[in-house]
Formats: sequence, structure tokens, C-alpha cells
Amino acid sequence: MDRVTRLHVNGTLQPLDVAADRSLLDVLREELGLTGCKIGCGEGTCGACTVLVGGHPTRACVTAIGAVGDQPVRTVEGLAEQGQLHPLQQAFIELDALQCGYCTPGMIMSALGLLEQNPDPSELEITRFMDGNLCRCGAYTRIVRAIQAAARLQASAAGGAS
Amino acid sequence: MSERPGQAPPAARPAPPLEPDALTIGDWLQIEADGAVIVYTGKTEVGQNIRTSLTQAVAEELRLPLGAITLVMADTDRTPYDMGTVGSRTTPIMALRLHRVAAATRELLIDLAAARLHVERAELDVADGRVRHAASGRSLGYGELTQGQRLTQEYGEDAPITPAEQWAVAGTSPPKVDARLIVTGARQYTPDMARPGMLVGRVLRPPRFGATLSALDTAGVAEIPGARAVRDGELVGVVAPDRQSAGRALAALRAGWSIPTTTEIPDLYAYLRENPIPPGEIQRRMGPPDYEAGSVADGLAAAAHTLAQSYTVAYLAHAPLEPRAALAEWSAGRLTVWTGTQRPFGVRTELAEALGVPESQVRVIVPDTGAAYGGKHTGEAAIEAARMARAAGCPVKLVWTREEEFTWAYVRPAGLIEIVGGVGADGALTAWEHHNYNSGAVGILTPYTVPNQRSVFHPTLAPLRQGSYRALAATANAFARETHMDELAALLGADPLTFRLQNLRNDRLRAVFEAAAERFGWGAAPGPGRGFGIAGGIEKESYVAACAEVEVDTASGHVRVVRIVQAFECGAIVNPDGLHNQVEGAIIQGLGAALFEQVVFADGQIQSDRFSRYRVPRFSDIPAIEIVLLNRRDLPSVGAGETPIIAVAPAVGNAIFAASGVRLRSMPLAPHGLPGLRP
Repeated sequence: MDRVTRLHVNGTLQPLDVAADRSLLDVLREELGLTGCKIGCGEGTCGACTVLVGGHPTRACVTAIGAVGDQPVRTVEGLAEQGQLHPLQQAFIELDALQCGYCTPGMIMSALGLLEQNPDPSELEITRFMDGNLCRCGAYTRIVRAIQAAARLQASAAGGAS
Repeated sequence: MSERPGQAPPAARPAPPLEPDALTIGDWLQIEADGAVIVYTGKTEVGQNIRTSLTQAVAEELRLPLGAITLVMADTDRTPYDMGTVGSRTTPIMALRLHRVAAATRELLIDLAAARLHVERAELDVADGRVRHAASGRSLGYGELTQGQRLTQEYGEDAPITPAEQWAVAGTSPPKVDARLIVTGARQYTPDMARPGMLVGRVLRPPRFGATLSALDTAGVAEIPGARAVRDGELVGVVAPDRQSAGRALAALRAGWSIPTTTEIPDLYAYLRENPIPPGEIQRRMGPPDYEAGSVADGLAAAAHTLAQSYTVAYLAHAPLEPRAALAEWSAGRLTVWTGTQRPFGVRTELAEALGVPESQVRVIVPDTGAAYGGKHTGEAAIEAARMARAAGCPVKLVWTREEEFTWAYVRPAGLIEIVGGVGADGALTAWEHHNYNSGAVGILTPYTVPNQRSVFHPTLAPLRQGSYRALAATANAFARETHMDELAALLGADPLTFRLQNLRNDRLRAVFEAAAERFGWGAAPGPGRGFGIAGGIEKESYVAACAEVEVDTASGHVRVVRIVQAFECGAIVNPDGLHNQVEGAIIQGLGAALFEQVVFADGQIQSDRFSRYRVPRFSDIPAIEIVLLNRRDLPSVGAGETPIIAVAPAVGNAIFAASGVRLRSMPLAPHGLPGLRP
């Protein structure tokens, strides 16, 4: 069994020594202490484990660490920069797009993947892209609005950059 | 703000007496020397945002910013006894108590300042965490006044709490106090926690309900590094250094099972009707006792129209996104368990009994939890983890898989409801008889004016282990009642709203019906292929009414919910945005039960054992939702966690009838489209 000895995660190279068939979710949570991504279903249908791999939203619970290779991995813990929240995090707070919060890291990472592909998604595009993320508490309508608000925040920040 | 679990738990506080009314300020609230306020409550945060709303209650009476207050929640060593975060009781009981405690504290601080400053208390006022003497400009901070000493004075029901009309903090919508922790991934739920020396556990489960272990070979576990088999009586499991190894070790167990032959139940609802529990064997019963008024027989005889119908509701799974989980640690004979439960003190008792230790040797701590919906009353995972930790000699974290969640957690009861209604030619109800089999008595009483009525709850045998679920039986009873009311209106040729209002004297229920109807545009003509439905009810002293618009495609039988408008009233609103979000969440969860959720079981197994087999609402299922909140600042605040779920299913079912002429009397209504309409 191959071993995986490193992982690019949140901008740094982390040393590892894990079997290649260990899930990305288990490696992030148990080896690196990044428990933002959650255990929800173990079959990739609830989205609570979503992280970005090479910029793509990925269900870490059904992704083997050996399949990640040198692709950069991003988790919710890596979003804020020097205490400054990412626009998505800010929007989720301001629009109260969460109840119990268990789905929230996965929601934010899926939404981040969407906005990086499509900076100005329509409501229908958001609904279709996010459909793999479950919110059992039913915060869906505010999550859609938070993603739209984050998109506007990012657009105005980009517009205002000198 | 909350504390971070996973670190060494703080030391216990001296245990308060069990009777809440006898307690002192210091059992609930502490003011540190630096002015920080700590509040202790046995309630649990499961996504209903009481961490914020209870903070608002204290901030209101102490005239403090929210950030100055920390809530310690649901720790049996530190928080007063609580019967459980259930029954929509937190707002009417706990929030009110904390208002009183904080108001009594405020008055005490004024007394302390008056003594220290040698002035009359009438010359003092309170602002910004200080008691001020305006005339001299002197002031004292709360921390200076208490010096961090525990406040041993009693508080009373007459503590001068602020009326809702004067609220400055309660009644507003601050963001969730823990929002930043959540969006940064810093908040740790039970499955995220780790303790020194901890191993991950898995329990060996029978392949069928009722199967018993007949043989066990654990030799294969030795192949997995760091893994061991663990036995404690009939409990068999494994522990291992990580989740994957634990799963492999479990799979390496070679178990033989005696599997009983299962008798399939061809018709669940006939089974419920035919298998009552003998009266001597009935255990707990929630809801009102059986009720009778007048003579139903006379009322039916006097009716111009009578109708007898049966309605059914399927078993439901709670399916909280955080699975049941527990982390158990023994130290010098004392057990600490972190677990997501709604009843920390109840689970403490269960642990003490199961493990054979005194309750004083057991501590239960509930980290803020990833939802419950009534499904986390009992301590199965906590007991399993505690037994495995004792047998393994190290802390054990046990996280149920999603399959275990769907298979081994208790479910929301299925039910058969039979209603006979009678109505005069003038539209007045003359008779109402309501029988509920297995589902429950909560919400069984009709809010409408009927001189001759009878309601009976029949506890029955039932094939699946069942328990509480958000709103208990009120959803099933409201579905049956509001569908039957719609059927009677149709017999009369009456408008469904007019018919209800004609038979309704309760002003608060009338108000939400009228508010929902007005916002919805009830009375307008729906478009082609579309229909409108209405339903409402009273539960837990709060009032709800919903209007639904659905579209039915007669060619395909496909049903689409276009729009829901719901009006809700629960007295004085504590946090308007928080309330709006709770109501919306309940509507969405209610839509799942209305349209497609059902537990499927056969052959001694739950067949719907994963999200790919048990459909829950997703982004693409959400219709347009509008919520009208009626704020009654003149009335006491009551809870809102449950009632907003009860009107959704009958409103949608009644709309489907209006759109298609097809009357549906079973929940879920149309999981595969409308029967009889598909080509």
C-alpha cells in the first residue's frame, strides 16, 4: 500500500505519513486537526464534508488521499486572512444563513467553488450547483441570498481595487 | 459566546438543589471581578439559537452588551437541573426565569451600590455595566460590586422584569453569538472532539432487528494495527486509533447470528388499529386525556352532512446532519461523557443505571449540537461509548454512521387517524369524533367550536421503536383535522377559509388565518393547473396558519409546490430574525414529511438507511416562502420550535385537491406523483 507523505492544504505543505486509501476527510480531521469539514453520511450525498481540491468542490468522505496528489486543498479554516473573514463567511453571518451550523463549512466551501467559477451566479445556477449540500434545518433560502451577497461584496471589492 | 469543548473540562460548581424555585441568583448567574457575566443553564443549543435569545434576556435586564455575557450550557456539573430541551419550553420558562434572575441581580447591584456610596437607591441608575450616582458622578462597575463573589440571594417571581413594550435588546435581531465560530469551522461538535489517549469505537450491530449473537471470532481484529475487540456484557465492538481502522476492525469480526423469522405486516395501519396495548401496560402518554362533550350521536343525527374518513401518516426519520455521537472518559471512577443530547440530566441518569455507578459519579456535557428535532432525547451512543471506554481502559469516541442513524435511532410514530364530522346546512359544525391510533394525543383537540365532540387516543403495538419528533403528534392530528375540515367545506360548497372562520372563536387563531390569507391573496383565482389550500392550528400556546399554492401536471401526475405563505404568532417576539428562520426551517422540514419522507422497512431491516434512500428536502425542492409574524408584545413569549411545522402538509394536500380534484389522505402525499393521474 502506497503511503502519502505530504498534502498542500490552505497554502502550506503539510507532512504526512498515511496510507493512500485513507479518505481525505479522515486525513484532514484526524491527522491535521481540521475538523471544519464534517462527518455526515459517508457516501458523498450530504455535502457536509465538502472541501476544495484543485479549486473544485469535492466530497472528502469518498475521496482517497492518494487521489489528491499535489493538488492544493482548501478548507474553511483557511478562508479568513489575518482575522479578516472571507466575503462568504461575512455574508453567512450577516444573512444568518445557518441554524445548527453543521452543514455550514461544507456549504461555504461549495459556494466558494461556485463563485470562483462563476462570480455572478443566478439564483437558478446557485440552486443547481449547491443541490448536493443538505441543510436539514432548512436555511436554504438565506444560504442562496448569502451567496448572492458575497458575490456582490466580491464584485464591489474588485471594482474598488486600485 | 460559548466555551470550547475538548479542553480539560472546568471544575464542578457546588450542586444546586433540584427544585428550581428554591434556587438562588448564584446558581444561574455569576458576575466576575472584571465584570464578565456568566450564565448557567441546563438547556442545550441544537440550532434553535437559544444561546443567543437567552443571552438577550440577560442582556436586557442587566443593561449590558451581548458580548459581556457568556452562556455555560448543558453541563450536569455546572448548570442547574433541567428536564430537557423539549416541548418548546425554553422561551416561556427558561427565558422568563433568566429575565427574573437578571432583574433581581440588577436590583441587588443597585442595593450594593447604594450601601457602598451611602446614597438612596432612588438616586442611582444603571447603564453600560455600571451603577451610577448621577448627582455626584460616582459609579461602580458590576465586577467592583460583586468582587466575583457568588450571589447567594434568592430571586422571586416578582423580580421587576422589563415589559416587552420597553425591550431594547430582547425583541431585536442580533446575529447568532457563535456565528463567527461556526463560519470559520472553529466550533467543535461532539464528533470533532479529541481527548488524550482516545480511541475511536464502533459497535457490532445485528443484521436484522431481533437477531442475537450466536458466535463471535475476534481474531481478525489483530490484523489491524492498534485495534482491539471490546466486550461489555452483550455489547460487542472494536476500538482503534482512527475512524478507518475502526471500520476495518469491525468488518474483521466474524459473527454468527440467530435471526428470528419476521412476520411481514402487509398493512401497517390495519395492524395499528387491530393491536391496542392493554390498558394495564400503557406507559407514558403525552398530550391531553381522552375528551368527550355533549353527544356525538345526537350531533351526527342533527347534521345535514356527515363524513367519516381515515388518514394515515408514515414513520419519519429525524435525520439530523450531526449523527448521534458520544465521547466517554473515565477518570478515578468518575465518568464524563460529551454527547449531543437534548436531555443531559436524563442521560446522566441513564448512564448511572447502565454503568452501575451513582449519578454523582457521572458528568454529561453537551457541546452545541448539529440538530436534533426531538430525536436526541435518549443516551444510546453515550451508554455505548461509556461501556466501551470502561472495557477498553481509555477514552472512546463513538460516532454513529448514517446507516446506524437511520436503522437504530427511534423514529417519529406512524399513525392512523379516523375522523367523523357532522355539519349543519348553515355551515355550523354539529359533531366531531377523532380517533388516533399510535401516533399520539398531542394536538388531538379541535380548536373549532363543536358542541358534541369526542377524542380518543389508542396506544397500540408498533413494529418500530418510536419516540419524540418535532411537534409530536400535532402534525398528524392537524393533517387529519384540517383535511377533514376541507372535505366538509367541499360537501357544503363553502370556501375553506370562510367555513373555518365561521366555526372558530379563538381570536389568535383567527388572526393568523386572516393574516396568511391576506398576504397570500386567498380568494383570487389560481392559474390553470393550479390550486390553493389553507390549514392552521394551535399548539404549545402558539398559533399558525398556512396557505399553499400547488401546480399539478395532469399529464404526468407531477406535483409542484409553488408558494407557501405562513402566519405565526407566539406572543412577544424575542428575536424576529431568529423566529423567522425557525419558522422557515420548520416549513421546509414539514414539506419533506408532506411530500416524500417515509421510513421504509421490510424483512426485519430499515431499507431507507441512507440519504440516497431517504429523501429529504434540498435546495431544488424549496418553493417561494413568505412568513408573516404577528408580534403580540402584550402577551408572554412562548416557544416556536415546533408549531410552525403542523400546517404545511394539510395546506399542500388541500391545494392538491383544489388543483386536481384528487383528495389525498396519507402522508407523504405524493412521493411519486399523483396516483391515478399518470398515463
